Amino acid sequence: MLKYIIKKIILMIPVLVGMTIVVFLLLHLAPGNPVDLIAGPRATPETIKSIEMRLGLDKPLIVQYFKFLENLARGDFGISILQRRPVMEIIKEALPVTVELGIASLLVSFILAVPLGIMAAVYRNTWKDYISMSGALVAMSVPAFWLGLIAIYVFAYKLRWFPVSGYGTWRHLVLPLLAITLTEIAVTARMVRSSMLEVIKQDYIRTARSKGLEEKSIIMGHALKNAMIPVVTMFGLKIGWIVGGATIIEIVFARPGLGRMMVNAIYARDYPVVQGAMIVLTAAIIIGNLIADILYVVVDPRIKY
Amino acid sequence: MENIVLEVKDLRTSFFIDKKELPAVAGVSFKIAAGETLGIVGESGSGKSVTAFSIMGLIDSPPGKIMGGSILYKGENLLEKTEKEMRKIRGNKISMIFQEPMTSLNPVYTIGKQLAESLILHQNMTKKEAEKKAIEMLKLVKLPSPEKRIKEYPFQFSGGMRQRVMIAMALSCDPDILIADEPTTALDVTIQSQIMELIRDLNRKTGTAILFITHDLGVIAELVQNVIVMYNGKIVEYASVKDIFKTPYHPYTIGLLNSMPKIAGPREELKFIRGMAPLPGEIVKGCRFKTRCDYVTEECRMEEPPLYEVGDSLVRCWRFKK
Repeated sequence: MLKYIIKKIILMIPVLVGMTIVVFLLLHLAPGNPVDLIAGPRATPETIKSIEMRLGLDKPLIVQYFKFLENLARGDFGISILQRRPVMEIIKEALPVTVELGIASLLVSFILAVPLGIMAAVYRNTWKDYISMSGALVAMSVPAFWLGLIAIYVFAYKLRWFPVSGYGTWRHLVLPLLAITLTEIAVTARMVRSSMLEVIKQDYIRTARSKGLEEKSIIMGHALKNAMIPVVTMFGLKIGWIVGGATIIEIVFARPGLGRMMVNAIYARDYPVVQGAMIVLTAAIIIGNLIADILYVVVDPRIKY
Repeated sequence: MENIVLEVKDLRTSFFIDKKELPAVAGVSFKIAAGETLGIVGESGSGKSVTAFSIMGLIDSPPGKIMGGSILYKGENLLEKTEKEMRKIRGNKISMIFQEPMTSLNPVYTIGKQLAESLILHQNMTKKEAEKKAIEMLKLVKLPSPEKRIKEYPFQFSGGMRQRVMIAMALSCDPDILIADEPTTALDVTIQSQIMELIRDLNRKTGTAILFITHDLGVIAELVQNVIVMYNGKIVEYASVKDIFKTPYHPYTIGLLNSMPKIAGPREELKFIRGMAPLPGEIVKGCRFKTRCDYVTEECRMEEPPLYEVGDSLVRCWRFKK
């Protein structure tokens, strides 16, 4: 097991290196120039030159890249061009906001979706299945930002149960959680259902029945453990999205999270902040993949490690 | 009177597809005595597996439904039992092995756990006792180093070994009847004969009666005492294995025997039964075999023959009308 994990971690290294190159190049080759933004429209060529020198933008690209890597290794993500403070500090403020919503959404969606999906599969083609699955279809079709706006209108503006926007208490969490999780529940429930239906057809379920096992223990034991293999994989992959999945919702609810921070930085061409945010995002996804790989082995003994 | 463990009387099982009734088993009766080996032969779709699943109470409903008849296990009608009562019989008194050993074991549980499951359920064993018994059962089915292997998963076993595990599992609660639904079909020939030898051996050792379903007459010849030939949901011939091979009466049985390739003698073209097996419910009037029979008469077209006694055999054919 440990060997398998180490192997997976070693395999992550080239992905990480590739990621830094892409992140670095993407922003440097993109049109638009942060120097103009800092210097303002009436800056003299000398001012621009001095700003470029200060930021290291006058050096060749390859030198800039290695400087970037070196800083990265030290946990130095650079200084925000606009806010004039370390990017690391900005990320440290924004990340918990995003992670709080992401983890809450991930947990709530799986806790609700798994039983829902099992129920729909076990009672397939009955009203329980029809209601939960048509509900899921509706929930899946509703965009999260729209749901967020409707939730703000109904629960915050009209009923005044929850704050309209912001961050801080659990009450600030409820509406964004609702907006972002409903779709997730629907997607996951449908996946659990179809995975379960696939498993129920299998020969080993017939074997379990022929042993005289109770239907309940067949479903919750023999069927569920097999049906959870793809679901657990998805859970692992979703871990990566805890960090990056809520950008739109953060904007709708004015939550000072990583997604919103990154979008603002993109508008401002605040290179170091965008780079920092993208590195955190991609690192989260790579780590999520690693967790998915590990979970996969836990549930499926056929994966050799 | 011998000790009858299972008596099936006029069993009728249908499937309802698009609101149309397809009678897969259309009135089948037979008896199995303790320790007997009974074979059911027939083509795909003749109703042999459906008969087996009906006995186990494992017909998927819908679309399947047992329309009538009775299945008496030691005099008790299984069709009148509740699901809960059936669960106590399934895997305990009557157990079953299947055609597909590769997929019949749960891939995410160890062999040991799957073997122990029915022991814990039916014999009230503790985990430890069940594990000990599981090792014992694996020894019985001649699986090498069972102590190590119970900790392994099905994917670490070959098809033949998995079928051995299935047999060990089916026999672990010392059932009165083992239903074997084409257990050797998916295996290659050498493994086939090993598994058959094992089943024959276990039948002698444990005295478990065996209902052996197959489409392979060669398997029947090696293993069973009595044979039922099924065609289109009905029994067309019911005889001892000796009589079936020596004096087959029903034109279908004769056709089946003729279509077996012979190793001895001069090479000749392989014979076959002309036409196609009808679907369940396709033939509503007359003999079910009339469309493929060489001896067909007006009587065959009009009315279905009953089972006639010919010597020690039962044959469903007008040619043996007395």
